[in-house]
Amino acid sequence: MENKDTSRRDFLLTGILATTAIVAGCSDKKNPFTPEDTVTPSGKKVKLLSVDGEIIEVDEAFLKPVPHVPPVSIDESRRGIAGKKFVMVIDLAKCKNLKKCQSACNHMHQVHSSQNWLKVYAMEDADHTAPYWQPTQCMHCDEPPCVKVCPVDATFKREDGIVLIDNERCIGCRFCMAACPYSSRVFNWEPSDYKPTGDEEKIYSPENSIPQKVGTVSKCDFCPDRHREGKLPYCVEACPNGVFYFGDINEDTVTNGSETFRFSELIKDKAGYKLMEDLGTKPSVYYLPPVNRSFPFENGLENENETDKKLIAK
Amino acid sequence: MEKLSSLTPEQITQDLLPKKFGKWGKIWTAILIAICLIGAYAYYRQIRYGLVVTNMRDYVSWGIYISNFVFFVAISLVGSLITAIFRLANIEWATPLTRIAEIIAVSAIVFASLIIIVDMGRPERFMYLFLYGRIQSPIMWDVIVIMTYFCISLLLLYMPLLPDLKILLKFKEKSGNALHKLYRFQGSFWQGTKAQFKISEKAITILCVAIIPVAFSIHTVTSWLFATTYRPGWDSTNFGAYFISGAFLVGAGGVVVAMYIFRKFYHLEKYITELHFDKMGKLLVMLSLLYLYFNINEFMTPAFKMKKSEAGHLNELFSGTYAPMFWFAIIGGLIVPIIGLLFKKGRKPLPMFVIAILVVVCAWFKRYLIVTPTLLHPFMPMQEVPASYHHYFPSWEEWAIAMGSLAGALLIITFFARIYPIIPIQETLTEKNEAEKL
Ligand code: SF4
Repeated sequence: MENKDTSRRDFLLTGILATTAIVAGCSDKKNPFTPEDTVTPSGKKVKLLSVDGEIIEVDEAFLKPVPHVPPVSIDESRRGIAGKKFVMVIDLAKCKNLKKCQSACNHMHQVHSSQNWLKVYAMEDADHTAPYWQPTQCMHCDEPPCVKVCPVDATFKREDGIVLIDNERCIGCRFCMAACPYSSRVFNWEPSDYKPTGDEEKIYSPENSIPQKVGTVSKCDFCPDRHREGKLPYCVEACPNGVFYFGDINEDTVTNGSETFRFSELIKDKAGYKLMEDLGTKPSVYYLPPVNRSFPFENGLENENETDKKLIAK
Repeated sequence: MEKLSSLTPEQITQDLLPKKFGKWGKIWTAILIAICLIGAYAYYRQIRYGLVVTNMRDYVSWGIYISNFVFFVAISLVGSLITAIFRLANIEWATPLTRIAEIIAVSAIVFASLIIIVDMGRPERFMYLFLYGRIQSPIMWDVIVIMTYFCISLLLLYMPLLPDLKILLKFKEKSGNALHKLYRFQGSFWQGTKAQFKISEKAITILCVAIIPVAFSIHTVTSWLFATTYRPGWDSTNFGAYFISGAFLVGAGGVVVAMYIFRKFYHLEKYITELHFDKMGKLLVMLSLLYLYFNINEFMTPAFKMKKSEAGHLNELFSGTYAPMFWFAIIGGLIVPIIGLLFKKGRKPLPMFVIAILVVVCAWFKRYLIVTPTLLHPFMPMQEVPASYHHYFPSWEEWAIAMGSLAGALLIITFFARIYPIIPIQETLTEKNEAEKL
């Protein structure tokens, strides 16, 4: 079954660039293998991960960035990306509360400066147990309590497992916020104070979630617009410690951009777990316990604001 | 009722006809209108600047709008209690109170719906509830049962009014042209024939039966808005019964307050007698005991276990920030009525009035305690938010809107009593006749 023709493969991208022949239905003109677009191999090889989970090498010259994809229609974003089932694995052993994930996410989603879609909590499970940093965002539950309670189908579950919000449908009743046990939802009490730089996407879609719409709810969207471009979510890309792994459970692979693992093996080896599993929400985000840590907990304290420092001290 | 027999039907009719506002009536109405206007201005600000004018934030995402909503739904239940349950049980002494109860129900339910729209981040999308409504959401259940309840309540207010409209039409000089036209528009088809009375009797009985399950539903479903979530303090199987029993209590309290005021300012001492206060007092004791029972159920078992998720919330209520309000609501709203009204002296009009006001006020605070403290005890720690997200105290806009809605409900009741007889004339006459026949 080995197929050496790299141009015919679907790649799970390592977060740098998209490969050439991925885009289904691209016209002949855009095909890099047509004569006018001939590329000369540069000799530099890039490692990529194939759908089968094997590492393959491609010449760098064959890699082309995917052109900017306009946002998909609302209907399309309600359906999701066929054949995918996204998961995230968060390795608590590597987190030192740098909050790079958070700032990237907030910036790219134009989140109001007093709110966050992704929070790095200082956690301590019980007295005398070790504290650790826990990045937490929407769990994209398979039994999402927020979707159950939404009266107008403004928040919905897609076939690829992502829970999204259609901010043009949301009536702002905030029932979903009361229903979510992970406190992952924020409400746009006022227009976002994000200062536009001019080159952000202007057309709203539930997949890009921007611009933020006042009077409605928003939350982590797992960056589906990025997957369509073959990129990893902003938080995954932004974390210098590789805490976040993202992938597709159907392909059984997750990657943090530099390392790639078989999802099932990673969870098995490191005893992965999910948050508040007893509630029956079936989250799509897994955690690896904070053992053999890369950093002591205290290193993260410097990034904490004063209020939270006081809370933690308690 | 003994005194009634000494009155002629003409006298009774004269006594019960709606009267023009006196000095106090005018002052009262003016104050209510002023409060409503302030509320309207606050809502204008909220529309203009968004929900940021409230002090709700991501943790306390439901504030006094929602507790006010729960309060309105609760108090509206009394319509079904006094009109339907008492009528079906043939409790005759309640006849003079039915219309009071029913107008409280209708005005409360109107403002319950309005306050929900006020709470929405996108009120202009209200129609989406009908365009895209998903039946699995408890909000949709609430929308459906509240609309049904509103319609049945309105009919239960209107149908017994028809014979009275016929009487009112006879007093054109007294009511003035505009009101006369209104009465004619609403009731000229009513001839008062035997056949019509029969149909109306039947229809009212059917409505009385129909409204009981609907009334139970509106408040049960309202409790489910909370109980269908995982939150400590809301995640309770006791919630439906807890809400219903509390609702009957506050509703009965509301009726007693209204009874006292109408009796005093419309000089209805012959119609709303001390006997009525005595009976309502006993009813209040019974309802308080019932509500106390469900309160014990609600707090006792989780407090015994003190599960980690519940403990923070319960401690906050019993001995923390919310303790003064909590104990005020429990003692004022439950213990005082139970003890005070056990004595015959406590069931005289004035002490009843004071206790009933206490019951209603405590009930309002109780609803606040049901909604807000729970939201300050989420499962995840409250971190990485501005300090203001850790507390909640309503902004002036929220107070103004909430008080405006309460004033609005009172205004509806006030105008209703100005336009229509607040005590059913025809039914009073019929009962008098029947009493004389015996
Ligand atoms: S706030 Fe919006 S997304 Fe949430 S339940 Fe209400 S309508 Fe649905």
